[in-house]
Amino acid sequence: MQLSEQLAQYLLSGLSTGAIYALIGFGFAIIYNTTSIINFAQGEFVMLGGMISVYFLSVLKFPLPLAILAAISIATATGAIFERLAIRPLKQATHLNLIIITIGGSILIRGLAMLLWGKDTHAMPTFSGNEPLNLAGATILPQNLWIFGITLMIIIGNKLFFNYSITGKAMRACACNRTAASLVGIDVRRMVLFSFVISSALGSMAGIIIAPLTMTSYDVGIMLGLKGFCAAIIGGMSSGFGTVVGGLLLGILESFGAGLISSGYKDAIAFIILLLILFIRPQGLFKKAETERV
Amino acid sequence: MLNKLLGFIVKRELLKFLIFAAILLLIPFFFEGGYLLNILLFVGIHTMLAIGLNLLLGFAGQISLGHAAFFGLGAYLSGILTATYSINPWLAMFMAAVVVGIMAFVIGFPILKLKGHYLAMATLGLGIIIYIAFNEAVDLTGGPSGLSGIPNLSLGHFIFDSDLKNYYLIWTFTLVTMLLSINLAHSRIGRALRAIHDSEVAARVMGVNARLLKVQIFSLSAVISAIAGSLYAHTMTFISPASFGFNFSVELLTMVVIGGLGSIYGSFLGAALLTLLPEMLRAFQDYDIVIYGLLLILMTMFMPGGLVRCFSAFVVAAISPKKPEGGKGSA
Amino acid sequence: MQNNFLRTLLIFLLIALSAGTVMAAQPLKIGALFAITGQASFLGEPERNTAQMVVDEINKAGGVKGHMLELVVYDTQGDATKAVQAATRLIKEDKVVAIIGPSTTGDTMAVIPIIEKAQIPLISCAAGIKITEPVKKWVFKTAQNDSLAVARIYEYLKKQKTKRIAILTVSDSFGSSGREQLKAQAAGFGIQIVNDDTYGPKDTDMTPQLTKIRGSQAQALICWGTNPGPAVIARNAKQLGLKLPLYMSHGVSSKKFIVLAGDTSEGIILPSGKVLVADLLPNSDKQKKSLLSFIKDYQNHYRAEGDHFGGHAWDAVMLIKGTIERGAYTPAAIRDQLEKTRHYAGIGGIFSYSPVDHSGLTKDAFVLVEIKKKDWVLVK
Repeated sequence: MQLSEQLAQYLLSGLSTGAIYALIGFGFAIIYNTTSIINFAQGEFVMLGGMISVYFLSVLKFPLPLAILAAISIATATGAIFERLAIRPLKQATHLNLIIITIGGSILIRGLAMLLWGKDTHAMPTFSGNEPLNLAGATILPQNLWIFGITLMIIIGNKLFFNYSITGKAMRACACNRTAASLVGIDVRRMVLFSFVISSALGSMAGIIIAPLTMTSYDVGIMLGLKGFCAAIIGGMSSGFGTVVGGLLLGILESFGAGLISSGYKDAIAFIILLLILFIRPQGLFKKAETERV
Repeated sequence: MLNKLLGFIVKRELLKFLIFAAILLLIPFFFEGGYLLNILLFVGIHTMLAIGLNLLLGFAGQISLGHAAFFGLGAYLSGILTATYSINPWLAMFMAAVVVGIMAFVIGFPILKLKGHYLAMATLGLGIIIYIAFNEAVDLTGGPSGLSGIPNLSLGHFIFDSDLKNYYLIWTFTLVTMLLSINLAHSRIGRALRAIHDSEVAARVMGVNARLLKVQIFSLSAVISAIAGSLYAHTMTFISPASFGFNFSVELLTMVVIGGLGSIYGSFLGAALLTLLPEMLRAFQDYDIVIYGLLLILMTMFMPGGLVRCFSAFVVAAISPKKPEGGKGSA
Repeated sequence: MQNNFLRTLLIFLLIALSAGTVMAAQPLKIGALFAITGQASFLGEPERNTAQMVVDEINKAGGVKGHMLELVVYDTQGDATKAVQAATRLIKEDKVVAIIGPSTTGDTMAVIPIIEKAQIPLISCAAGIKITEPVKKWVFKTAQNDSLAVARIYEYLKKQKTKRIAILTVSDSFGSSGREQLKAQAAGFGIQIVNDDTYGPKDTDMTPQLTKIRGSQAQALICWGTNPGPAVIARNAKQLGLKLPLYMSHGVSSKKFIVLAGDTSEGIILPSGKVLVADLLPNSDKQKKSLLSFIKDYQNHYRAEGDHFGGHAWDAVMLIKGTIERGAYTPAAIRDQLEKTRHYAGIGGIFSYSPVDHSGLTKDAFVLVEIKKKDWVLVK
């Protein structure tokens, strides 16, 4: 097998995984931009998306589109409940307290999933068949195309929402300066709720489109959440282009690292890159350096 | 040197510490041969770790989500040096502490330029990289199946091979760590750390070399964790990477936060609670994860100052005189 | 004088009677350490379920020699520290006479120093060969050594005249133990490992590793791991159009694997304990009876397939039951009787312990099976 074909395969596989990291990264970025909170429970929404769809599909025997809809709705509702119960009541919370609360939330959601659905891994049928497609000597599955397509749609949707809709602009206002935003009449608490709602919806969508490829279980959220966070940081926590590139870059580097350097240290490669970015250019690859007011 | 020691003797602090130490040292006489002794031994190790993290987190205000890595480095360095290379355990412990200290010092400079979430993420990444190294370097560390055959510590012919002996060994180290940390907290360095915590820029304006101090505390914190790791390795005589991963880093963080940031006794409370809790929850088996998560959320929401402050607030509220009814109360 | 004598006799009789009743009423406590939650829960949960099921059934049938059994189960979460704490509790607080488990090699190695010191027999359900080699006085195991599984595959490969292979193992203790064995035994079967890669237990895409393997000189691929990894690998292999014959480990010897891998499971060969193919065995097979009864029981109790791992716990409990039946009630006596166990036809195989062999099984404990049309077929 030619080296160029091998490289093409690494690239394609990396892009596919990277698109997922990007989707999950969006979730982090949106919440962070509106509230300055890093939601460590983001990965669990990804898990919920996959697990709930499997439940509706195989136990309740819903047709696929309905199962997906149900999964997204329930995951979004969970996100909203989480925000209301755990985040909103904290008025004077420090960074640290919020980190611990979201970590607690992720443990709680994971524990409940384990109790409800057990520890088994579950498979989900692909959206449109299993025949591999050939592309420049490398192969991908139709599900990978779904992943690319949906990610693209979400990027466009995000751009439109945050730049052209009132709510989107209001959320960006909160990100800039909460006090000023509330002074011009924006209901900041509502925006916070929205940000959680959107993030959990995005997260669960990510979970649903990868479940057919990777199978799902109650603890897939941990690693995926971490990698998604890496993607967001590389991209500078932007709700658009930056995070996408961050995710794709992460996926590609992981893929090449596993194939060319060492499969055992593959995850380490991702985090080493993260550290390098944080050391050299902490604002991410795309933002201008921030200045801090003292 | 003596001056410093005398200076430190804020009499109340010393008394508090002596009472605490006395209780801890006398406990085995009340729980002869019980399995509680085994648990309390681990409480000792966890208290040491929590104090180390608290110095960094509670005093200097720097978040670390990867502290289990330093714990693991101490354990593995001690373990490998003694089990594979038959080096004297005390020498190995010293060497491990020095190596980890230097490592932390070197990596501290770039890492501590970061703040808030970025720092959290960087320490998280560091912790995971080190964990992966433990898992993959099979020839050195035994990989996922662990490293066995680590000898117990010994003084001459006296071998620390029972729970009772290890209890005293570990708590001696822990109490010394507590003493030194309380000393540090009340010293000029402690005040400088708290200044950095409040506002790093203001501290620097006042002449505190914030950058160096942060790295030094990071290093100290790592060394304490490494020594705890060595003690752990020699007590268990077997170590495996699973004990040094992200989960344990989160547990340590929880211990410090729940016990009370910036409070040394709080670290003990947090460590004790989180080590004893799983034992108490054993009756609930599968539900313990849910309860743990719930506890984290509730305690952070309702007791953000940690157990130590809530406890003292509770005591104060109970002791203080009741306000008269119908007085000029403010709403 | 006579009064005194009668009184003493009466008191003595009362004491003897009450001691007798107390003796008969005392349940024998057996401790269990399983990784019920955490990374290794696919081991610990079926093991816990099976152990509880067997103990309940023994008690329903009146116990063993009049003694009821009491199972005290603690979750090690796959963490050595918690395993040690739990073992100490079983020994010092619950005062068990024997311990079954733990589920993983790591947890087992962690608790061995404690049980050797406390002199309580341990029957581990983990596969690592270093648990019983070198032999430790109080440590036994019921899981087949992974060295036996590797030998089975290599034997078959040798017959197929395969010379160069690629191995892909999971980076947890099950996989790394298998990898050790694969590397150690290869030369002895004339096999050369041309590619040695690993993957993480929760990894979701192994196409990079498989792409590398596709470009190597390997004639076959051996994958050593437990669900879901191998299922992902099977799917990725089909996606990449990998034409190599695929061999797996006994870690996927359950219907679950076939469900997860779907069509891509066709043609995969793996070693398995006989529990998978119980109904395909000839009636003369000594294990068939226990196997079928285990499968039926587990299905009735838990509405799920009784699998290879649950079988380890079954064997452990039954072996202890055997020692009690032979008159052993104390830890030391149980240990001695365990060592004298010969030809016990259990789920994992036919066990014969001895002072120099505390693992009790030979390579007949494994059969080679192939997946054909989503079901198991014995390979001759």
